Amino acid sequence: MSTPAERLATACAGRRVTLMEVCGTHTVSLFRSGVRGMLPPSLKLISGPGCPVCVTAQGYIDAALELAGRQGVTIATYGDMVRVPGRGGSLAEARARGADVLVVYSALDAVAWAAKHPERQVVFLAVGFETTTPATAQAVLDAEEQGLANFRVLTAHKLVVPAMLALLAGDGGDGLDGFLCPGHVSVVIGSEAYRPIVTRHGKACVVAGFEASSMVAGIERLCEMQRDGQPGLDNRYTVAVKPEGNPHAQALIDRVFESCDATWRAMGTIPGSGLRLRAAYRRFDAAVHYRLNTEVDDDPGACRCGEVIQGKVEPKECPLFGNGCTPTNPVGPCMVSSEGTCAAWFKYGR
Amino acid sequence: MCLAVPGRLIAIDGKVGVLDFQGNQLRVSLAMTPEATIGAWLLVHAGMALQEVDPDEARQTWAYLQEMGVADVPAELA
Repeated sequence: MSTPAERLATACAGRRVTLMEVCGTHTVSLFRSGVRGMLPPSLKLISGPGCPVCVTAQGYIDAALELAGRQGVTIATYGDMVRVPGRGGSLAEARARGADVLVVYSALDAVAWAAKHPERQVVFLAVGFETTTPATAQAVLDAEEQGLANFRVLTAHKLVVPAMLALLAGDGGDGLDGFLCPGHVSVVIGSEAYRPIVTRHGKACVVAGFEASSMVAGIERLCEMQRDGQPGLDNRYTVAVKPEGNPHAQALIDRVFESCDATWRAMGTIPGSGLRLRAAYRRFDAAVHYRLNTEVDDDPGACRCGEVIQGKVEPKECPLFGNGCTPTNPVGPCMVSSEGTCAAWFKYGR
Repeated sequence: MCLAVPGRLIAIDGKVGVLDFQGNQLRVSLAMTPEATIGAWLLVHAGMALQEVDPDEARQTWAYLQEMGVADVPAELA
């Protein structure tokens, strides 16, 4: 019985293989499980644009901060967003100055809170990929059913596959052999969603779960495809991910949202890569209600998060990494989120 | 942010399920898993059940969470 490290070495066979793990949860799991340490020297694994906090444009953070400063507004958010620096500080700092910032586990909790506090205008910061979007969709439907006039969402939901395609359409795909595709995003969108990456760009795609064995199996399969010169689509997480995904989840998203062009941090506007509320639910859109522009991108000076999320540079190539930018005092978003590439490298990879 | 955690469905109240996560009971939307029955293991993210999984997969995910130092494998799966 060969060890995982031996299996990876056999599949890689000393060839130069470059793979991208798209998902921030994979980035952290690869470090923590020790899988990254098992990789043969010629196999390079780079992190992609799969940390929702990291890919959110600066303008969105600034808009959230602006709202947090308004009388009567309560910002409800996932914890990851609280420390992301905008131009006027972070939500944590705004809270210290008296802003009402509520950390929630689910968008549904934000709706429940709004129902109990009709005197507050609640704005939920709706960020994340397809795993997280259904909760926002359900929250909007719940708010509608309850006739709530004090609940809105500031949306920056993003779609994984258009971002991968945009990366390949630019120079981000140069030298890339394949993608280790996200586990729980794929539960929603299905493994077949990655088919265009294989057919249009000839890059291999393998879905993997977050356990070490599943990630090793996924990387091994990607190496085999590279060895055989046959980039294909495979699923090493069949217990949870079906080819077609979860149709109920997709229907829920489709009922409330429609696709739109979206601004990604440092990647510019990617056509069809975001979601906005359909016209029937536009009254729940905080950007419309408060006339905010969330699509501006304006990275802090020397910060290279934009290149990090595209896999163009490793965190240690950023002049600020560990040198003015640390998890305690982050400059860029990749150092804030526990799933950010810089935070993961700072903690495990130095 | 995109990590879902398995819990066991112990009660159904309309479109909402009560799930047990190692003794912690949470109310979770079943909008995406309407076919789920009592006893099912469901992958949950942000208050929504995403997908039913078999007990073996649930055990593996809890093992992963243990590996990450977040939680222990529930007794019924150990």
